[in-house]
Amino acid sequence: MDVILNQVFVGLSIASILLLVALGLTFTFGQMNVINMAHGEFIMAGAYTTYVLQTAFGTGLLTLSFGLALPAAFIVAGTMGLILEFLVIRRLYGRPLDTLLVTWGVGLMLQQLARDLFGAQNVNVDAPGFLDGGITIAGADLSYPRLAIITVVALVVVAIAIYMGRTPAGRRMRAVMQNRPLASVSGVRTTRVDRTTFFIGSGLAGMAGVGITLLGPVGPTLGLAYIIDAFLVVIVGGLGQLRGAIFAALALGMANSFIEYNTSTSIAKAGVFLLIVLFLQWRPQGMIVQQRRGLA
Amino acid sequence: MHLPIRGHCRAGRGAFAVAAAVLAAVAVGCGSSDSDTTSSSGGGSAASGNTIPVGILHSLSSFMAISEVSVKDAELLAIEEINKAGGVLGKQLRPVVEDGASDWPTFAEKAQKLISTDKVAATFGGWTSASRKAMLPVFERNKALLYYPVQYEGLEASPYIFYTGATTNQQIIPGLQFLQEKLKVKTLFLVGSDYVFPRTANKEIKAWAKANGMTIVGEEYSPLGNTDYATTINKVKQANPDAVFQTINGDSNVAFWKQFTDAGLDSKKLPVISVSTAEDEVRGVGIKNIVGQYVAWNYYQTTPGAKNKAFVKAFKAKYGENRVTDDPIEAGYVGVHLWALAAEKAGSTDPEKVKAASKGLVFEAPEGKVTIDGDNQHIYKTARIGKLRPDGLIDTVFESDGPIKPDPFLKTYDWAKGL
Repeated sequence: MDVILNQVFVGLSIASILLLVALGLTFTFGQMNVINMAHGEFIMAGAYTTYVLQTAFGTGLLTLSFGLALPAAFIVAGTMGLILEFLVIRRLYGRPLDTLLVTWGVGLMLQQLARDLFGAQNVNVDAPGFLDGGITIAGADLSYPRLAIITVVALVVVAIAIYMGRTPAGRRMRAVMQNRPLASVSGVRTTRVDRTTFFIGSGLAGMAGVGITLLGPVGPTLGLAYIIDAFLVVIVGGLGQLRGAIFAALALGMANSFIEYNTSTSIAKAGVFLLIVLFLQWRPQGMIVQQRRGLA
Repeated sequence: MHLPIRGHCRAGRGAFAVAAAVLAAVAVGCGSSDSDTTSSSGGGSAASGNTIPVGILHSLSSFMAISEVSVKDAELLAIEEINKAGGVLGKQLRPVVEDGASDWPTFAEKAQKLISTDKVAATFGGWTSASRKAMLPVFERNKALLYYPVQYEGLEASPYIFYTGATTNQQIIPGLQFLQEKLKVKTLFLVGSDYVFPRTANKEIKAWAKANGMTIVGEEYSPLGNTDYATTINKVKQANPDAVFQTINGDSNVAFWKQFTDAGLDSKKLPVISVSTAEDEVRGVGIKNIVGQYVAWNYYQTTPGAKNKAFVKAFKAKYGENRVTDDPIEAGYVGVHLWALAAEKAGSTDPEKVKAASKGLVFEAPEGKVTIDGDNQHIYKTARIGKLRPDGLIDTVFESDGPIKPDPFLKTYDWAKGL
């Protein structure tokens, strides 16, 4: 029994990380149809933001630097996204293949930039003291860093849902994504909405970077480890669908956890891919589909 | 709906070109820290002029850069030292630095370029076994020399490669002996990355364990770059072994150690011995996650001796006080010196003559005296088991009696028959 509980928690934890890295993409890829391969590098930027704050405040103030890192990473990565949108992407709307290549190149440049700024080596980010260890409930080991990530993801999802559903800015965003010309003639300034969307999507990648420092390596190529998973979640969930992304992350996380427990890590990765391929044969549009025009 | 966007794009194409040029300039600027050591290629053959070109071929970009950049630094340091002391055969060495980009076919291509375009006298490079396997046919075909600086899985002895890192009988077997004799380990769990080195190493470990009365209670592999070890650690906990033998490579180490600690484990509850975590990697892992654990190598920054003191001092003086030296860094440094000594002794940079002069060559390295084995071109190395201390450096807790003769095919071990 505790084996199953343990793996349920592992699955939940994997799902939370998948969702965290994919949330930003539900905006930039899912809603704007921009295949931003530099998304992983925005995650990296968020992770390095945590490192920079931690170095600046010293290890005595880990909790403070972590608390500050979430908004700071959002702003840093968001600003990088804005610059990318302004310099490159707005010239390439409607040309997804070109965008893919260009943003891949930008991603490589950002990796090299990180390497020159911080060195090729991984840097160490310490978790705040209160996140050391974990608790055992009904035989399942719940580690605090993983619980913290699950909490952050839950809060971010609620915040996005409120923003998209209840604020005028969120409604404008949805309007532009569903029907750009109609929104435009109705007085919505679409270029500004595009910029905001990209800012938020990139900023969320930065926040994901902060969460990832608790579990994995922080180095120039950090983004490569997560970019594919992030795209898979968005595609399986259905483009631009927050609910879809949540379901997809949960499904992939649980599948990974249980297949891995019964076979091996490598088989689990392959197995999950196989499941995705079969699923997309059956439902190419993903779990949740919205009637919309455009490339999707 | 697309028309206005296209029009906009056309109008903006000039600005876009400017932006692209700026970004390209940024990228070039980023690379410039390396380009000052890279001489312009093309033209100039080895024989002409007052310099001897030598190749350095490591991943300076993508995921293996994390490990390989430091080795490149050590090799450049060795070249600088040799040049200060008058060079080789009265000529200065001129390093030609190439980026293998963590991509194995690129390693093969760049190796060919170094040999045929730059006419290098020898090449120092590689890290992963995959990159070495990709370069091997290139060096054999061209009858050119490669010095490979990293411990590996053995079962190879190319006549055109010098192996300055450990083979298994100089690292893994001493590690197992340490576990059995000092830590009284009876049950062992194997955790590794899913590629040639851990798979081969674990095959050897299993054969050794069978012959020496140790039980392997589990074996888990994860893809390179894997970042989630929760399930693997759950499986380890359930099997409840006396120790874990860890052959995870690269970035994944950080994830493994962080999550190992999160799972409530530490060196007292479950000792882990690792053969691919060195001082350089520890800095990214976070010392509190790994303190007290064991590693098996042939050299640590703390290894005693005047030679090592001078090496560490020179490395830090050139690259910064916060940098550390470790086993592959030292092996890269040793490789350059071994080649220079052999060329000096041979009176020529001709690969065949250098090879002949290398047989039995002795060098006082930072790790102690090393000798090239004439038969397999590996080097005699002292095995050292280390324990991580709270400042991130490693103390030697167990040492072999003098340098061990390299035996890449494990011919002298009965239990290894049939591997």
